[in-house]
Order: sequence, then C-alpha cells, then structure tokens
Amino acid sequence: MSVASIIGQALVLFGTFFYVLSSLGLIRMPDVYNRMQTATKSATLGSLGVIIGTGIWAIGEVGSYSWIPKTLIIAVFLLLTNPIAAHALIRAAYKSGVPLWEGSVVDKYKEANYSLEQVEEIGESLEEPSQEVETNE
Amino acid sequence: MGEASKISRYIYTVLILFIIWLFLTSSLDPQELTIGAIFSLMVGALTYEVFTERGLENLNPKRVLYFIAYIPYFLWAMIMANLDVAYRVLHPKRPINPGIVECRTVLTNNVGKLALANSITLTPGTITLDVKGDRYFIHWIDVKDKSVEGASENITKPFEKFLKVIFE
Repeated sequence: MSVASIIGQALVLFGTFFYVLSSLGLIRMPDVYNRMQTATKSATLGSLGVIIGTGIWAIGEVGSYSWIPKTLIIAVFLLLTNPIAAHALIRAAYKSGVPLWEGSVVDKYKEANYSLEQVEEIGESLEEPSQEVETNE
Repeated sequence: MGEASKISRYIYTVLILFIIWLFLTSSLDPQELTIGAIFSLMVGALTYEVFTERGLENLNPKRVLYFIAYIPYFLWAMIMANLDVAYRVLHPKRPINPGIVECRTVLTNNVGKLALANSITLTPGTITLDVKGDRYFIHWIDVKDKSVEGASENITKPFEKFLKVIFE
C-alpha cells in the first residue's frame, strides 16, 4: 500500500461522494433549472475526482505512469464539454417553455426576449407589409 | 483585432494537436512521434481555419502565466461551488431562492466569452442560460441582487480580471 494508491483511493472516494450528492440533488430540487445546477456541478467535479484518482491509483497499484496523461486529458475534455452540454440543455428547456419554479424571484430573460421579439416583428412588418397575419396564439 | 497570418495559425493548430497526441499515447517512442507529427500536420491543414483566429499570439508568456494562475483559482471556485451545492441539497429546508438575472461583460472576444460562460456554469450557484452580445442571462440559485450592475459585480467580475488578460 503506497502513498500514491492512498491518494488515488481518497480522490475516487471524494468523487463518488459528489456523484451521490448529484443524484440526490436531482430528487430534491423543485424544477429543471435547479436540477441542472446540482447535476452539472457535482457530476463534473465528481468525474474529475474519479478519473484523476484512477490515474494516481494506477501508479501505486500497477506501477505505471502512462495512465496519468490519459486521465488528465480525459478530465480536461470533460471539463470543457460538460458545461456546454448543460448550457444547451437548459436553453432548450427554456425555449420549449418549461416553467420556472413558483418560488423564483425574477426572470430577466423573459423581459429581454419580449422586447427583442417586438423589435423583430416591427422590422419584419416594415420589410414585408403585405405578409399574412400570424396564426399562433 | 485582425486575424493572424495563415502560417502562424497553422503552426499553432499543429502544436496543439501534437500536444494532445502526446498526452493520448503517453509514450516517447520515435515511431509514435513520427506518426503523431504526420497526423497533426494533416488534421491541422484541414482544420486550422476554424480552430483559431490569433495563431501563435496565443502563446504570449503573459497570457500563459495568467492561464496557469487561473487554473488553481478556478479549481478552488469549483470546490466551493460543490460544497455550496452539498449544503443546499442536504439542508432539510432546501434554502434556494432562484431566478434569472442579467449580467454585462467587458469581454469582446468569442473564445473569451465561451470561457467566461463555462466558468460561470461551474462556479457557485450559477448556470449560463443564454448569451446575446455582451449580455449574459444567468440562472442564479440564490438571487442576492436583481439589478444588472449588482449581478455583474457578484458573478462575472471575479473571472474577468483573469480572462481579460488571457483572451483580449
């Protein structure tokens, strides 16, 4: 049992603890947006801990240093892509009309969208005045 | 800020691809290095136009130093974010106060904006919902300040001092 395997095991334990928190957050949070908050953050840090922990564990257990660079680059890719996926999901949820939790205090995005849509509609009507009336409710 | 010359963009792309190859194979065997260099040159020729706008200027020592200083700062913010999430999930009363706020940023570069959005998503209680020009719409789990200035002060300011040097 070397120092490297102890550090690796501690990191993997740390990562799994945040995995558990992440899934617990999915159950306890009230709406999509808050669930995304907990799921993204905890799952990303949990994955970092587990992946890099595996690399360090391999030094002590197998005696091979070639795991570390691979695990590092996987961790970097994960760190770069995970927030983008979360952003795409939460934006798609908003665009398809998922409501915010009733306890939410403020929604600036709705106000901004409303003013932007108005500007676009005015622009369209100026460009094509003989366009047919929109039929959505 | 104009685009760098094609040569410098190409060299930068090949460098980055070759470093990724080194990490993925994690061996310094000459055969591996040769194949890696050939493939980096080929992929670089195909993709350098979409990969970078500034080329070798990205490797300015000041930028690299600030980037290295940014890594521990960011990791620390991430760990604090997760402890914050842990507190909110485990607390029996579920102390959340969510809302969508608007922030302004001083960054103009697209890559810088992406880095700021990613940093916001991974740090305490905030997740980026949309970016329009210099306006960020952020879902904040615990709204302390509804105004644009106050939210920017709390959310984007701490990262901008690093990202401004790295990407502008």
